[in-house]
Amino acid sequence: MKILVCISKAPDTTAKITFTENNTKFNENGVQFIVNPYDEWYALVRGLELKEANGGTVTVLNVGKADNDPVIRKALAIGADDAVRIDADTVDALYVAKQIANYAKSEGYDMVLCGKETIDYNGSQVAGMVAELMNAPYVSLASKLDVNGNTATIEREIEGGVEVVEVATPFVLSAAKGMAEARIPNMRGIMAARSKPLNVVAAIDASNSTVVKGFSLPPAKSGCKMIDADNVAELVNLLHNEAKVI
Amino acid sequence: MSILIYADSNNGTLTKNAFEAANYGGQLAKSTGKNAVALVLGSASGLEELGNYGITKVLHFADAGLDSFDPQKISAVVAEAAKSEGADTIIFAHDYTGKSVAPRLSAKLDAGLVSGAIALPNGNTVKKAVFSGKAFAEIEITTATKIISVLPNALDKVVTGGSAEVVSFSCEIPSTGLKVKEVRKESTELSLTEADIVVSAGRGLKGPENWGMIEELAKVLGAATACSRPVADIGWRPHHEHVGQTGLAIRPNLYFAIGISGAIQHLAGVNGSKVIVVINTDAEAPFFKAADYGIVGDAFEVVPKLIEAIKSL
Ligand SMILES: Cc1cc2nc3c(=O)[nH]c(=O)nc-3n(C[C@H](O)[C@H](O)[C@H](O)COP(=O)(O)OP(=O)(O)OC[C@H]3O[C@@H](n4cnc5c(N)ncnc54)[C@H](O)[C@@H]3O)c2cc1C
Ligand SMILES: Nc1ncnc2c1ncn2[C@@H]1O[C@H](COP(=O)(O)O)[C@@H](O)[C@H]1O
Repeated sequence: MKILVCISKAPDTTAKITFTENNTKFNENGVQFIVNPYDEWYALVRGLELKEANGGTVTVLNVGKADNDPVIRKALAIGADDAVRIDADTVDALYVAKQIANYAKSEGYDMVLCGKETIDYNGSQVAGMVAELMNAPYVSLASKLDVNGNTATIEREIEGGVEVVEVATPFVLSAAKGMAEARIPNMRGIMAARSKPLNVVAAIDASNSTVVKGFSLPPAKSGCKMIDADNVAELVNLLHNEAKVI
Repeated sequence: MSILIYADSNNGTLTKNAFEAANYGGQLAKSTGKNAVALVLGSASGLEELGNYGITKVLHFADAGLDSFDPQKISAVVAEAAKSEGADTIIFAHDYTGKSVAPRLSAKLDAGLVSGAIALPNGNTVKKAVFSGKAFAEIEITTATKIISVLPNALDKVVTGGSAEVVSFSCEIPSTGLKVKEVRKESTELSLTEADIVVSAGRGLKGPENWGMIEELAKVLGAATACSRPVADIGWRPHHEHVGQTGLAIRPNLYFAIGISGAIQHLAGVNGSKVIVVINTDAEAPFFKAADYGIVGDAFEVVPKLIEAIKSL
């Protein structure tokens, strides 16, 4: 079973979000970067479990520049066999998807596992785009994945419930909570990661379709109105007459 | 030129998010002098109601084959409809359906996509929340065809009171390698992402046996229930109630946070709520900084009083 897991780099969930260059660039100063949680906890770990059960390989793929390498090594420490970095700036989602699809098609993977979204741009875009470019089925927000030969059975979240689908390989999936339990890399994994291959390949030409013009921070809340615990009726009054939400 | 709105249906009726998308597309059409055309797939009724939001025409593709969900088929149909209507802008709701279909369509048409828009476009530039709601980005779409998915509850509804002409539509549907085997609805309760009011509780409630009052509060308000991550992780509440960075992101009009500290990862999933009420014994709980109304007090005393006060409203 040949499994490709797409990993992106994301700021740590507690990172302070600020911007530079006239609010056009994310300020990376002092920010710690991690593997995007959905990619690591769910997509990668489920990929590893499938490999452990059925044999095969797990390759992690990142589109980015060399400063992503430490984050890629972390995925190797968790257990991926090898890594590929497509050497490119992440211009936009469609650009990244074109790079991933081109690589995945040429290597003949049985499945491409992504996370449900990156926690910086919150796009939920790349995985679906990759599927279309590969002309493959796409199952979004998957919470369970089992594979039997050339058929996968997948559970996905839908409004108020779960849908069970069957797809033929190769397919693309975006992973959400429930697919696996996060693993913590151990010392042996961290040592082994240093000698695992991290292949850098050149990007293909692709144009962008969107441009980030600028960022802004939400206005601060004007302050919380405190109500005495002995006067709960006043809260109900304010919600009804002032905020008009009940 | 026209604007095509994908209006999702479920069990024969249009979803709340279908009207959210129609509202966005209708307003955009009005300000740009274009026609707003909606596309509805599968058996569904009440389609004329889309006219209330400025939709002038509804394309209805009622073929039963589309009742079961396959994003590859849907994106192919949306692409055909966009072509036949000469649409240069295509609108989805940023919900379970939109998240599956819009990216596929973007790649199919090589059209730029902004997902999770929170405001109408300014020219070709669309505003969306990024960094889990900790910031906003203005993103310009540079391609001729543009795709926007709208974050539910982001835009005030403008009811125009017009009427929409419903016409049938059909086109070829590609065969795909996907089969829907089963659909399980977890509950008949109000769905969390569509609820106007959400009552949420955390570890401060001490144990699952104490959720009775939370459910009752939700009931008197017509609200959905949610919880913090540790509460779902230890199994006090079902996983689908978990909100936050790693759970669901919601934007109700009113969010009650009861016995929840307000960790940054929790806030990331709820900070788009219009009004936040926090009830916590600890006056220093970080959640008060993100709240509009707060009570420092014991949930076991405050919540029952709250239920009584709402009942007598
Ligand atoms: C990568 C990452 C992702 C995460 N994602 C999420 C996520 O998606 N969602 C999420 O919720 N968390 C998430 N977390 C966890 C988050 O950091 C917090 O640990 C969690 O939100 C705390 O849950 P809590 O507020 O219920 O519990 P606690 O932090 O234990 O807070 C309990 C609160 O209840 C109050 N309290 C106690 N007794 C009472 C009483 N009788 N009446 C009223 N108040 C009372 C206390 O003062 C306290 O403020 C994530 C963490 C990490 C590291
Ligand atoms: N630069 C990247 N390199 C590799 N995979 C990526 C990259 N960006 C996004 N992905 C994958 O696509 C998923 C969805 O990303 P997004 O569309 O940005 O929310 C992520 O969870 C990753 O699995």
